[in-house]
Amino acid sequence: MRFQLNPNAADRRLLDESRRTRAMSWIMAIMVFLTVLAGALGLGMFAATAQLDRELAGRLTVQIVEPNPQLRDSQAAAVLAELRRMPGVTRAQEADRARLAELLKPWLGDAGLDPDLPMPAMIDVDMRGGDVAAVERAARRIAPGARVDRHAQWLSPVRTFMTTMTWLAVGLMLLIATATAAVVLLAARSGLDTHRDTIEVLHMLGSTDIQVARLFQRRIAFDTLVGGLAGTGAALALVWFLQSRMDALGSEMLSGVALQQRDWFLLLLLPLGFALLATVAARLAVLRALRRTL
Amino acid sequence: MANIVQFENVGLRYGTGPETLSDVSFTLRTGAFYFLTGPSGAGKTSLLKLLYLAKRPTRGVIRLFGEDAGALPRQRLPGFRRRIGVVFQDFRLVPHLSAYDNIALPLRVAGVSENDIEAPVREMLAWVGLSDRGRAKPPTLSGGEQQRIAIARAVIGRPEILVADEPTGNVDPDMAERLLHLFDSLNRLGTTVVVATHDFHLINRIPNAHMMRLEKGQVSDPTGSLRNPPGQA
Repeated sequence: MRFQLNPNAADRRLLDESRRTRAMSWIMAIMVFLTVLAGALGLGMFAATAQLDRELAGRLTVQIVEPNPQLRDSQAAAVLAELRRMPGVTRAQEADRARLAELLKPWLGDAGLDPDLPMPAMIDVDMRGGDVAAVERAARRIAPGARVDRHAQWLSPVRTFMTTMTWLAVGLMLLIATATAAVVLLAARSGLDTHRDTIEVLHMLGSTDIQVARLFQRRIAFDTLVGGLAGTGAALALVWFLQSRMDALGSEMLSGVALQQRDWFLLLLLPLGFALLATVAARLAVLRALRRTL
Repeated sequence: MANIVQFENVGLRYGTGPETLSDVSFTLRTGAFYFLTGPSGAGKTSLLKLLYLAKRPTRGVIRLFGEDAGALPRQRLPGFRRRIGVVFQDFRLVPHLSAYDNIALPLRVAGVSENDIEAPVREMLAWVGLSDRGRAKPPTLSGGEQQRIAIARAVIGRPEILVADEPTGNVDPDMAERLLHLFDSLNRLGTTVVVATHDFHLINRIPNAHMMRLEKGQVSDPTGSLRNPPGQA
């Protein structure tokens, strides 16, 4: 009775498996299903936050606010030329005025197309490792009324929300793992009650507590793994479906939520993690209960 | 012969009730055969439970294999239990295991490899006359057959002590005699045998056996008529 990972048929028969219910596997399937969903949410949000950080960290808009159109245009051209010479600036491009007018049309109507409307000149800047303060100084030296807006600042509430969602997913996973451990404890105790007579006989024949615990932990780990794999399969199918729907939306922001190959692999490890958790919880529960017997 | 078991003023109480056993003192010699008799409720089963380490005494000292059994830490009990074979009054066969697997259980518990299990189990099945019933499960066996499987399970590990609680209570006289012969032949191989029974007919079949009588939880021999009573500790 060595109770290895792949025990022989005789060891498998020691606990009456014909009476076993499938409830444990079903519960584990549901638990792992929810955990994989929470995990996918967390990983997706984490990836999206990272992408947002990458994309917004060096992105800014320089506004040249000058009512005189000729002066505004000359300042804009000078600022643009200066920015393109600066180290760390990978791209500097003035926003198309026609496009700006289009964007304002819902609020200003056709007035937005009026060339006399004092619209600021907008220069989009992408930087990699550059000094934003230096950009700000350069723009103000040429155009004292220039304003520099960092995109990261505009979207910080979005980033905060995404970070919150990531932590919420982590919290949910921990909560479900705790509930799973509790379910395993209850299942182990119920198993001990059901098999009390067999365990008593095993003890009288010289079985150690560890030998008895291994019988239960192997059985519970197997049920958890079977249920967990089913739950993971269903959850990953749902995540894949949702991801394909998001891809169809063509949203730049939602594209960051997409799971990478590494994320799928991590999610696939969850049933193994749950089986390990169940094994440890069952072992502790059984050993603790047996310690109260002679 | 050395003493294998020694009881010194042993008392046993269940919960807060009266003492089931009080001031029990005796010694059992290695390789001897003992009958334990006494009326129902005298404490025979309780005494046997102390002997096979299913209970700890509430007072007194039990020395087993030279060690204080009452003071043994839990983790050492399995090692001691493997040296004791037990035939329970109610057999305690595992109902969902076959007769073969029930008999093999002590060997599997002891970590014997599957390759080394089959031959001794087949031998035990033949010894108890149930070679053709190896695959049968206990609920399909008669009381006598279950009794014999229980005995085979108790002796397969070649225990140093065999403890049997009313082992002939569920079998006809012929079978009872056959079972007794099994115990006797095991005893001849050096195992100390302790059999609790009411059956004086059987007791007389083993003339050299010692007798021990329990009455109201105490070892008693009021008339001095017991044959070879065990020594006092």
